[in-house]
Amino acid sequence: MKTVGKGISKIDGMSIATGKPVYTEDLAMANCLVVKLLRSPHAFARINSIDTTIAEKLEGVECILTYKDVPKQRFSLAGQSYPEPSPYDRLILEEVVRYIGDEVAIIAAVDEKTALKAMSLIKVKYELFDPVLDFEKAIGHASIVHAENDVHCNFDIGMKKDLNIVSSHKVEVGNIDEEIKKCDIVVEETYYTQANAHAMMETYRASSYLDHTGRLVIVSSTQIPFHVRRQLAKALQIPASKIRVIKPRIGGGFGGKQTSAVEIFTAIVTLKTGKPAIIIYDRKETFSCTTSRHAMRLSVRLGADSNGYIRVVDIQGLSDTGAYGEHASTVFSVVGDKTLPLYNKTTAVRFTGNVVYTNKMPAGAFRGYGATQGAYALESTVNLLAEKLAMDPTEIRLMNLIKEGETCLTYNGKLLGSSTLHKCIEKGKELIGWKERYPAQQIDKNRVRAIGMAVTMQGSGIAGIDTASAEIRLNDDGNFTLLIGSTDMGTGSDTILAQMAAEILEIPIENIIVNAADTDISPYDPGSYASSTTYVTGMAVVQAAQDLKRQIIESGAKFLEVSSEEVEFDGETISMIKGEGSVRLEKLAEFLVLGTGKHQLVGNATYGSPVSPPPFIAGFAEVEVDKETGKIDLIDFVAVVDCGTVINPKLARIQVEGGIVQGIGMALYEDVKFGDKGKLLTNTFMQYKIPCRKDIGNVQVAFEESFEKTGPFGAKSIGEVVINTPAPAIAHAVYNAVGVRVTSLPITPEKVFMGMQNRINF
Amino acid sequence: MQIEVIVNLKKIKMEVDANEFLADTLRKYGILSVRKGCDTTCCGLCTVWIDDKPTLSCTTLSFRANGRKITTIEGVHKEANEFAQILVAEGAEQCGFCSPGFIMTVLAMKNELTNPTEETIVHYLTGNLCRCTGYMGQLRAIKTYLGVL
Ligand code: FES
Ligand code: FES
Repeated sequence: MKTVGKGISKIDGMSIATGKPVYTEDLAMANCLVVKLLRSPHAFARINSIDTTIAEKLEGVECILTYKDVPKQRFSLAGQSYPEPSPYDRLILEEVVRYIGDEVAIIAAVDEKTALKAMSLIKVKYELFDPVLDFEKAIGHASIVHAENDVHCNFDIGMKKDLNIVSSHKVEVGNIDEEIKKCDIVVEETYYTQANAHAMMETYRASSYLDHTGRLVIVSSTQIPFHVRRQLAKALQIPASKIRVIKPRIGGGFGGKQTSAVEIFTAIVTLKTGKPAIIIYDRKETFSCTTSRHAMRLSVRLGADSNGYIRVVDIQGLSDTGAYGEHASTVFSVVGDKTLPLYNKTTAVRFTGNVVYTNKMPAGAFRGYGATQGAYALESTVNLLAEKLAMDPTEIRLMNLIKEGETCLTYNGKLLGSSTLHKCIEKGKELIGWKERYPAQQIDKNRVRAIGMAVTMQGSGIAGIDTASAEIRLNDDGNFTLLIGSTDMGTGSDTILAQMAAEILEIPIENIIVNAADTDISPYDPGSYASSTTYVTGMAVVQAAQDLKRQIIESGAKFLEVSSEEVEFDGETISMIKGEGSVRLEKLAEFLVLGTGKHQLVGNATYGSPVSPPPFIAGFAEVEVDKETGKIDLIDFVAVVDCGTVINPKLARIQVEGGIVQGIGMALYEDVKFGDKGKLLTNTFMQYKIPCRKDIGNVQVAFEESFEKTGPFGAKSIGEVVINTPAPAIAHAVYNAVGVRVTSLPITPEKVFMGMQNRINF
Repeated sequence: MQIEVIVNLKKIKMEVDANEFLADTLRKYGILSVRKGCDTTCCGLCTVWIDDKPTLSCTTLSFRANGRKITTIEGVHKEANEFAQILVAEGAEQCGFCSPGFIMTVLAMKNELTNPTEETIVHYLTGNLCRCTGYMGQLRAIKTYLGVL
């Protein structure tokens, strides 16, 4: 292969690295109205009265909107294909506010100062309710977070709103109670995974204006332009054809921008005033008024026979979705989807539980999407089981993990596609020095170094649901335009999709112009999430390129007045296989577009996969723990990855390194915390610590390529799977160092220190 | 109030509020490479040079820059490009939102440190956060750029 598999630099690399104006704020119109939001200071309340008269009189104030001024149509902000499995539990503004930070009024003014001044002049009286803050007490709480009658779901997700249950989930194959009795050993543990903030460097923002035909244009830092268009149409009660959503370069997303936090506010201002508007969340709003990872409690029970075969996997969960249910049921179901298939010597598996509403900032999509929480709980328990069985934790995995071509209880007879997970484990052992260094070494009187490990899987796109289209056009000069609706958020997906097209068309990647994403221009794509872009959009691009190539060959043959079977195309020239005749691609393109050919060639394809082949990772951590203080230093992290064929090793490596470091943040530092009245406490980078350069030790990445038959050039996904192993691997290493099993994230020195004092679990 | 500053070697008169911060002023005057990630001096995205010293413009009051020389990445185009090329070749820029502030700090470090080691490099850049890349690729690029083994 000429282009695929090569470490090609990102096509937008130089311009974004050198600070060119390519992001949402840079592109906003001059003289935009500045949109600010008045937010609830109470976790749960009803607005008894709201008086905007004085504020409205302030010079420079363009409009102030309250719940009285917005359509009464409930919608969801979750970026999911229609019909979304998330409940329609939102209004743009509502009489009831459900968390500290919930929107009360929208203020648009000529500048920020005026908008803030106006905000301070709005008088609101609230009737306070007792908030539901502890998610473990939400079910059956005297307060009901969503008592309104018009909350509804597109299909039954098990909502029992009177009990504060958004959704219920149950997967059970085999008879757990019977099978567990047959086990020689049963281990059980309960884990708490915290909420995390995405902390992408570019905070949430969007601008809007009316175009020359009066249509509403939104420029947004979003992962989901097409979903935003649909959501806005529903919330604003206007036809989707009247809305255009443009995604420029994005300063990071990580799933956060799969929930549309801000677009609706600037959109409604532009609709009401006819003027361009912009909304930019500051860091504090981004921390406290958007979404986070779902915090969960997961209880895992594993049963095994005395040979170490895992027979029963039983996971019970409770997930906190906060005030609104974006991604509530789906994140939760992924916990089971990405854990139960891993160990397939089982005779019974189960995953059950509920997702509950509370009066806190909503949770939403976040890289890993439930698999992260599940991996921590399951893998920690597998490590516990290995210890109880006196087995090497890598051995128990090599014996029990599913292999390529095998099935498992939840796969219903379907077979696992490609996997090199066993090889990943072997390779990881080598790289971390497992033989010599497992489990631990005393460095000096106080310091111990130890290693730990975990494995994980994710998916590649959403099987049977998410469907992407791609178009490739042969331009008049013989170059190509690739039109896609997926949303490169820094990952380099625009580049790797161009690589795929270039490979099929046998052309240099420089000959391809990539255009993404603009709902007026791009073919439909759900957007970049669920690890779908390489795999799903990638397949659409491959097929579109094949379609175009076929047309080029046909047109070339026609030009040469022979049949298609008699010519070949090498990326530059269409030539007769036997004989002299040939035509250069530029010439053919010119003839087709400008000349008498009169038919510009466009290849297109729409692709949705019936399967979601999992990428795999084996992750190994080496930590150093100071026994005197509990301080944990991460020395080394090894990640060995099976993402199928690596389309671009350079970009894939950075994806892995970045994801591992986010996982390290989750494992050791990051913790979204609320005060006892429900106020978010961690609303700056001082309180919410993400890893800096000094916190990460060394990260080593290696690939064990497999070939996934259903993927483009054998590729699977990589975006999410990379975040899952640090928490369980580091927890394992810490246990091996000092014998403290930390069962709630993050693994802080305090928990380790207290654990050493009390020898109890945290 | 009015201030007069030299931005990237050009003298400019700027109208600023007493409580306005330099990052906002520079953006207002079209220097769009300057970005904010936090406004609490935590992230380093807003790094510019004032009189050749890397400074966080998100918390520097604009009037304090009066009469001084401000340099942004637009003003060190050649050096920035040279390093950016290595960075991009490493694949170590992802969303790029942190890049201008990061590159300004790297270039300042190059001027400031003689014979930096991996440790001193990491220390110098600790205040520059990046949420995407995991830092390792950036470090590889810097080591190549500075010829540190
Ligand atoms: S914006 Fe200045 S340090 Fe973050
Ligand atoms: S590349 Fe995205 S924050 Fe650094």
